[in-house]
Amino acid sequence: MLEAVKSVLPAVMMGSPTWTSEWWPGTGRTSLALTNDQLCALVEKVAADRDRRAFAQLFTYFAPRLKGFGIRRGTDPATSEELAQETMLTLWRKADTFDRRKATVTTWVFTIVRNKRIDLFRREGFPEVDLSAVAEQAAEGASADDLVFAGQAGNAIRVAMRSLPKEQLDVLEKAFFEDKSHRAIAEETGLPLGTVKSRIRLALMRLRDVLPGAAQ
Amino acid sequence: MITHHPEAEILVDYAAGTLTEGMALAVATHAWHCAECRETIADLEAIGGVLLETCPPVELTDGAFDAILARLDEPGPPRTPAPSPSVDDTIVVPAPLARYIGGRIADLAWRRVGRLYDEVRLPLSTATVKASLMRFRPQTLVPHHTHRGREYTVVLAGGFSDAGKSFGPGDFNALDSSHHHQPRIDDDGDCLCLVVLDAPLKLTGVVGRLINPFLRI
Repeated sequence: MLEAVKSVLPAVMMGSPTWTSEWWPGTGRTSLALTNDQLCALVEKVAADRDRRAFAQLFTYFAPRLKGFGIRRGTDPATSEELAQETMLTLWRKADTFDRRKATVTTWVFTIVRNKRIDLFRREGFPEVDLSAVAEQAAEGASADDLVFAGQAGNAIRVAMRSLPKEQLDVLEKAFFEDKSHRAIAEETGLPLGTVKSRIRLALMRLRDVLPGAAQ
Repeated sequence: MITHHPEAEILVDYAAGTLTEGMALAVATHAWHCAECRETIADLEAIGGVLLETCPPVELTDGAFDAILARLDEPGPPRTPAPSPSVDDTIVVPAPLARYIGGRIADLAWRRVGRLYDEVRLPLSTATVKASLMRFRPQTLVPHHTHRGREYTVVLAGGFSDAGKSFGPGDFNALDSSHHHQPRIDDDGDCLCLVVLDAPLKLTGVVGRLINPFLRI
């Protein structure tokens, strides 16, 4: 694999001091931690320069997570890998549509895999909402620097999710991991529909309280 | 001013991708009007992002990256331009809906149904869910009826009242078999709605039974 990657890269990159094996896809370093700013910079490099090295880093970071996400959702490993591959290919092709003011890279990649999954498994389209108006509102609220807003919100959500009671986190995880509507969750768990709904609402209210720029 | 929104759990299903295309279309059409719901959807998608990020990674098989590299130069599928809202006479067609409507609203193949309303069915990928534009004349009283499945309505223009509540452009209404309703269209103009049904309507009452044969829905 190493040779395959090297063969597509300009020789000058090979001499780059930051060219280390750390981000080689398939070297097992899937725990690689990247900040949203770093991920944004990589996607923007892919968009602007068709930078394959930046893409390789994104692949190393996201592809194993996407495969894990598919498996967690009950999809078999081979199909989960195909979904991860297709998602990464879409990331390469649509990198120019990424806007760091609208979402974190991880959120953007989540929406790609969500839509890809619907496309591949159900052969359906997904009517998307343009969230740019949200970014504009957010920018008005956070006068300091709208560019960091999405990243802050991403961090705040991560922190807030840790503070959720387990029962509330469980229903959110079931919705996102198990490909189940809230009605299906109620049927499967035997919980009354009203209980599932109220857990979802309480979780959202709690998250709302801690998010920067959240609606008052 | 939007006063009727989808319930939080419907937005969760939307963000997680577990709604059918028709229902997702109803949510997206409402959210196009509604900044509050757009913001909630953005938060929910961020939750999806956090769950993706914290998911235990699973190594790909050998050669997975080479396979992708080999495909980077392939031409991608043609880009469908992001739908933009279309202004049609006095109606602004929300962007998510514009993709499903192939022309001016007035020129669509409207079909008169049961002397109650005009309907145009929208093309969805599967037939299990039905999405339509429905146009009601002012002051129409829709006979008392209930639903075998769920019905989602988003008002695009005009308005109606139902069970003491008023619905105007952008408002979202979700009904299921527990609701019996009898909406009355406002008297100040046509009412245009996006209506998504996941099971056929079931009319109740004497008038309903008389009209039922004409309602081919």
